[in-house]
Amino acid sequence: MIRVQREDFDTGKELERLSAGDHTIGGVASFVGLVRDMGGSHGVSALTLEHYPGMTEKKLAEIEAEANRRWPLAASLIIHRYGRLEPGDRIVLVATASPHREAALAACHFLIDWLKTDAPFWKSEATPEGERWVEARAEDDKATHRWRG
Amino acid sequence: MSGRVKLLYFAWLRARIGQVEEEVPLPAQVRDVAGLLDWLRGRNPRYAEAFRDLSVIRVAVNQDYVGPEHPVRAGDEIAIFPPVTGG
Repeated sequence: MIRVQREDFDTGKELERLSAGDHTIGGVASFVGLVRDMGGSHGVSALTLEHYPGMTEKKLAEIEAEANRRWPLAASLIIHRYGRLEPGDRIVLVATASPHREAALAACHFLIDWLKTDAPFWKSEATPEGERWVEARAEDDKATHRWRG
Repeated sequence: MSGRVKLLYFAWLRARIGQVEEEVPLPAQVRDVAGLLDWLRGRNPRYAEAFRDLSVIRVAVNQDYVGPEHPVRAGDEIAIFPPVTGG
């Protein structure tokens, strides 16, 4: 399941819901992304996440379908927030459920790596000098590249 | 023959172009994404500056990532943006 929303989510409730009623599930893996305080001198007070409505949902659904092709998952969930967020706030939840841990853990790792380079979101930071767009990291491309081929 | 395409801009490209989206007539000589970016650069200095460094520009046609040789056609939704930074 895919959700793109401004509101926060309750990690515990989402994980419980993912496996509820399906007793073939032996494990649930999850990743929660948080707004990080970068420290340093520039003093980021908040992030704003912009996205491309329509394409965001399409890309997340494709990524989720790909994970389900590669691993035997009983359930999967991606929640990605947009709008204004502060340090410590939750940005993203990826969760996967499977009869066995290997598939759940690998699929969860795959989903967050792939999402970072394929889902059309952009972060801008609020700094004392004004708004500054976050630059993409080459390491993220490398992380996704590992799963290709 | 000239149709129109819808252009969408995101993140700092939106800020530099100064608008979220626009509909433009597709010039007859523009056949692919590379041609479209070339044409846009020639429109005015603001576009020329925004599209100066194509290594930091990504393009999606009808909500799929595409390369410079991808064809553009009347009616397409063409989004232009910097590399994504979600997650």
